[in-house]
Amino acid sequence: MAENSIVIDLQQIVKTYDMGGAEEVHALRGVSVRICKNEYVAIMGPSGSGKSTLMNIIGCLDTPTSGRYEFNGINVSDMNDNDLAKVRNKEIGFVFQTFNLLARSDALHNVELPLIYAGIPSAERRRQANEALAHVGLAARVHHKPNELSGGQRQRVAVARALVNKPSILLADEPTGNLDTKTGEEIMALFEELHHQGNTIILVTHEESIAEHAHRIIRVRDGMVESDKVIKGEAVNAA
Amino acid sequence: MISFFEIKEGLLVSLRSIRANKMRSVLTMTGIAFGIWAVTMMGAAIEGVSRAFEKSTSAFGSKVLYVQKFAWAMGDEEYWKARNRRNMKVEYADLIARQATLLDAVAPAVLTLKDAQFGSRTMLSCFVTGTTHSYQEASGTTIREGRFFSQEESDGGRPVCTIGANVAETLFPNTDPIDQTIKVGGYPYRILAVFEKQGGMFGTFTSDNRIYIPINAFMNHYGTRRDVTLNVRVAQTADLDEAREELRGIMRKVRQLSVGQEDDFSINESDLLNKIFQGVTVIIASVGFIITGLSLFVGGIGIMNIMYVSVTERTREIGVRKAIGARRVTILAQFLFEAALICAIGGLIGIAFAYPSSLILDQFMPTAMPVSIVAIAILVSILTGIVSGMLPAYKASKLDPVDALRYE
Repeated sequence: MAENSIVIDLQQIVKTYDMGGAEEVHALRGVSVRICKNEYVAIMGPSGSGKSTLMNIIGCLDTPTSGRYEFNGINVSDMNDNDLAKVRNKEIGFVFQTFNLLARSDALHNVELPLIYAGIPSAERRRQANEALAHVGLAARVHHKPNELSGGQRQRVAVARALVNKPSILLADEPTGNLDTKTGEEIMALFEELHHQGNTIILVTHEESIAEHAHRIIRVRDGMVESDKVIKGEAVNAA
Repeated sequence: MISFFEIKEGLLVSLRSIRANKMRSVLTMTGIAFGIWAVTMMGAAIEGVSRAFEKSTSAFGSKVLYVQKFAWAMGDEEYWKARNRRNMKVEYADLIARQATLLDAVAPAVLTLKDAQFGSRTMLSCFVTGTTHSYQEASGTTIREGRFFSQEESDGGRPVCTIGANVAETLFPNTDPIDQTIKVGGYPYRILAVFEKQGGMFGTFTSDNRIYIPINAFMNHYGTRRDVTLNVRVAQTADLDEAREELRGIMRKVRQLSVGQEDDFSINESDLLNKIFQGVTVIIASVGFIITGLSLFVGGIGIMNIMYVSVTERTREIGVRKAIGARRVTILAQFLFEAALICAIGGLIGIAFAYPSSLILDQFMPTAMPVSIVAIAILVSILTGIVSGMLPAYKASKLDPVDALRYE
């Protein structure tokens, strides 16, 4: 694979939390990971493993204490808050365990939100948001508020919101954690479909059954990468 | 910086938030409404008093000078010095009139307090002015009905009078006062005319509460040892400063002052009252606005408090917004909008109540609520929102997205 198809390039990422006084927590102790375009990766690890910290850094919600993080070839490890916000807005689509939709807004407005922050005019915004909702099978539910939707539908709205800006990666944190098994499977099927359409997906989970949907599993333990295996499909990373 | 769409989103979110927390919003707005109400009322009262004052001083005539023993505004020391001045004399009026070129009319006036009586009706302690036929021209007052007394009547000290509008209303509630005879301090005078009502705050200084009689009649009936005021009207075409200088020159001659001596008289004018009044207004306004501003300040604290609550409640939402691309300034603006909007609505409520209140207050003192006061009040309320919302909004904008997303 060509060098420019690397989306995420983490080099020796260290994250240390200062807990006050001399006490320090080493959440990440030198993690190096590369993720290429159209990969479907699961990041796994027990709680306290540093999995969440890794996800936050990949999602540009947090910056590493040391190490270098290149996103699409651009160094984001020491960007300021505003630039990180722009990267999150344009390049990263978040899907959360608890959906995190705005309760007072309908599905359409929720999906429009990233486009608002991107400064896209309302007519175009509405068009793209409707399209994204149709894409996740919610064309008939655009004016429903979150409390008028089922859990699975809410997560679909969240996925539509994550995709509406056509980001480089889809970052999902325990996306099925608040769903029953059947609905969870539906969401995983949606992810599979999105992957087939060319999206790069990073899944953070502690459930083996969910992680098995991914094509590559990175296991994190004690702030380090324990294992990194391609489990199915073509080995995108091996080139 | 911040896009139009973000502003629109901010306003929309604010409206939703206000609607979603109706009770809380209404209570907070009440605080601001009270503050703005108080400040607006203060503004309306000060504006009203200022206007009434201007209207009142215009009753004195802008081109009328008053030559008097005392100046209208004097310090203690000046006053004690002026006490030793010789009294003004009635004869000065003719002397001034003869020499002046820039002055139209000069009328001496003497003053006393007497009870006026007609039939069973009495008006206690009326200002009785003794003057000459020139008075009407010199003072610039207008007659509603009848005629002012003539030179013959004036010189001859005839028992005639012209009365002010309030005097007419008090003594003649139902009948025509013209040609009726009233008793003033025991002496009868036939009424020749009634003056137009002047209104304003200085009832006793305007013609409204006065009775004008020929100066010779005044001296005969009430005694001669009195201080005289000379009412001098400046010619319409003349410059006020030049006219004042001419008057001063004539007065110095009349008083036989030598070159080095100070003036031993004062030339007063209505402008002077305006200056004194403006000084007083500034003090009253400052004190008033500080006191009423306090209630607005308390309202502002309420806003700050509720905004902190709002930020805390919506920590997670802030996290989500940040995760999907909201910048610090976007979040800051969103909460500032909310605070400003609550205050603006509160302010409008305050103004809506202030208007009828000002009409009620108007029964007791002059008030005025021009558009400028309303505009300032709206501006002040929005400003209050922005100032009180600043700290909570800043707190929200500084939230770490990771922590905010984790917040339960």
